[in-house]
Amino acid sequence: MANKHVNAIVVGAGAGGGVVAKELSVAGMSVVLFERGGWAKYDDHDQDELFSQRTTVLGNAYGPDNIHYKRVRMWSEGEKTIVLPNEGGYGNNAACVGSGTVSYGAMAWRFMPEDFKMKSTYGHVEGTTLEDWPISYEDLEPCYEKAEWEIGVAGDDSLNPFAPPRKKPQPMPPFEHNKEAQLLQATAKRLGWHPFPIPMLRNSIPYGGRPQCYRIRGCVGFACPVNAKCGTHNTVIPVAIATGNCELRINCVVSEINVNDSGKITGVTYFDEKNKKQTQTADIVVVAGSATETARLLLNSKSSFFPTGIGNENDWVGRNLQDHAYCGASGIFDYDIYDDKGPGASIAISDFNHHNPGIVGGGVICNEFNALPYLFTGIRPPGSARWGVEHKKFQRENYKRIGRAQGPYQEMPSFGARVEVDDVVKDFWGIPVCRISGRASIKDAEGTAFMADKAEKWLLEAGAIQTWKTGVVTGERPAGGGQHQAGTCRMGNDPKTSVCDKFGRVHSTPNVFVADGSLHVTNGGFNPALTIMALGYWVGGYIAGEWLKGNRFK
Amino acid sequence: MEEMIYSRRKFIKTLSISVGSFLLLPRCTFGKTSAWRFFSNEEGVLVDAIVEQIIPTDEWLGAKDAMVTNFIDKQLVGPYTRHQEIYRNSLSAIQIACKKAFSKKFEELTWDEQTNFLISLEKNEIVTKVIDRSVANANPISDTDKTFIKNWLKNNFFNLIRNHTMQGFYGSPRHGGNYKFVSYRMIGLDPYPIMGQNRYKASSNG
Repeated sequence: MANKHVNAIVVGAGAGGGVVAKELSVAGMSVVLFERGGWAKYDDHDQDELFSQRTTVLGNAYGPDNIHYKRVRMWSEGEKTIVLPNEGGYGNNAACVGSGTVSYGAMAWRFMPEDFKMKSTYGHVEGTTLEDWPISYEDLEPCYEKAEWEIGVAGDDSLNPFAPPRKKPQPMPPFEHNKEAQLLQATAKRLGWHPFPIPMLRNSIPYGGRPQCYRIRGCVGFACPVNAKCGTHNTVIPVAIATGNCELRINCVVSEINVNDSGKITGVTYFDEKNKKQTQTADIVVVAGSATETARLLLNSKSSFFPTGIGNENDWVGRNLQDHAYCGASGIFDYDIYDDKGPGASIAISDFNHHNPGIVGGGVICNEFNALPYLFTGIRPPGSARWGVEHKKFQRENYKRIGRAQGPYQEMPSFGARVEVDDVVKDFWGIPVCRISGRASIKDAEGTAFMADKAEKWLLEAGAIQTWKTGVVTGERPAGGGQHQAGTCRMGNDPKTSVCDKFGRVHSTPNVFVADGSLHVTNGGFNPALTIMALGYWVGGYIAGEWLKGNRFK
Repeated sequence: MEEMIYSRRKFIKTLSISVGSFLLLPRCTFGKTSAWRFFSNEEGVLVDAIVEQIIPTDEWLGAKDAMVTNFIDKQLVGPYTRHQEIYRNSLSAIQIACKKAFSKKFEELTWDEQTNFLISLEKNEIVTKVIDRSVANANPISDTDKTFIKNWLKNNFFNLIRNHTMQGFYGSPRHGGNYKFVSYRMIGLDPYPIMGQNRYKASSNG
């Protein structure tokens, strides 16, 4: 039996797609929300470090799994490597309802006004495709506010003098600092910096009908056992379903956007939970599969009207793949600074996000999320024993004595950093897979060295007896595509140098939209989840508003 | 030990499912019984010795007693099936090298000899050393063995078993290692928050 025609299809129930589905269904539109995975449950993996979304050596706790998925990495010109979803080069985002918002560290950053105007702020940077966004911080501000209140954020931006202007405070008070953050707070003030609690998509008080966070050690990489972490899976998606207008179709993999004989986009082809090929028709298709998978779906949708894929007339789909260059420092103290109060990350400074002498951009610096014991085996000063009795001794003597400060340096977009679809390698369903190639930002050597220097200074001033820098880039770094992946369907006013317009509509179509990190022109010096949610409200709000005015996007 | 009986049963179960893949393995004598799922009894003894070098016993259990070999064995018929070939061949190459250089098995070497062997393996210098020593001992290595150890005695195997040992010792006991959360107790961390049905999981060693 054919599926009933709906007003809108949303592909991907993550940070962006979950919000869009809610915005459309609340406006009365009929929606099918496709998700390639199912509902993630804490009990499936509980606190299993080796099978989480952070340390994935035995597999990705919430998907994608190694049987159905793979990708191709081109580490260098002409050198093809097949990578599995739990391997480093894959760049996975969880395949489940809520996607990364189930298992993320849940930092809730608003990008700064400069982050939307990188070219105006820094000028043209040779060898990059640095550009301004077609929308400003002011445009997105109401959407940030909606994300904060509907999904739930604990924080207090009034403590951060660099925070962008806001109309309403965050809905929940910030978390109390753990021991490490208390130390770093006093230290930062001594250094003349401006420390403040990291805003978190986590309940510092009961909120949204869910309980307060109880500060578990292993938070990042895991679903929350008490549902105190706020994602789209436990907020907007249930709201969308409760309207009666949104059907969530889980374990369904969308393979192609369909185009009819007159060039009109009619819906999608997908494989259902029994791997049966099906069709769903709709007036509008919204793609929110993450920067890698969204690009893949557009590129795999080839027809005589779109011979190189939808939106790819100028070869821009999949280009400008960005991530972040994580860098910072670690330091050993001669007393315990670890108090087992999760998730670890607690304090931030935004002093070095912008206007740093000689540096393009910058990034926020935070104390790090707890490293569970296996991850901690890799945290050692240079030259330390890699094994043997010394290594074991270090582990027990210093697990509670190491402080870490790190941050995401903002990458400069690069045209050569890209997602393509491979012409040979296919996934379980026979769909051509992502092929990731190119090198990342050409400015990250200076940027990461600068930020790591500040982080090290912070730890030294705090009294660390030994410090070392981490993540400083030397030489070429391959293009990213990790959990902060962004940029592959850039939004812009000029169809020749962007894929989507400022409302996320693919320039060359009337009714295909993108609503995830793919739209990012630049990726900020922050974790991008809240910005992706805000873009969900921006795109979804636009579609719903137009729909109510009678626009059918024909 | 309860765990042993459990793993033996599980081994037979696994064996009956994976006969196909067993036949594909090089140097595997089919039909022999082993206490392990993937390793032969002889390999098990060798792996015990190697992992114990990587995380030795001190005032806390070492990797051997923390059941790290059980962890690796279990993963090799699960998520680490792709590493079966390198384990089988590299373990065999280690014994050939030890026989030629010391006329002993690896596990029969002194503690310091074992350590030095692994340091050379980590530095990728072991093959040259073994060949030199076998010449000095007038115990020459055949060309076949020479090629074999050149192919399989490399630091990529050392790095692999080093990482797997760390995982087995510091990861969740549900995967068969970290016996009774020994590494957590050593560090001074309470094991999991015990809630609901977790109390059963937390006390089991898969």
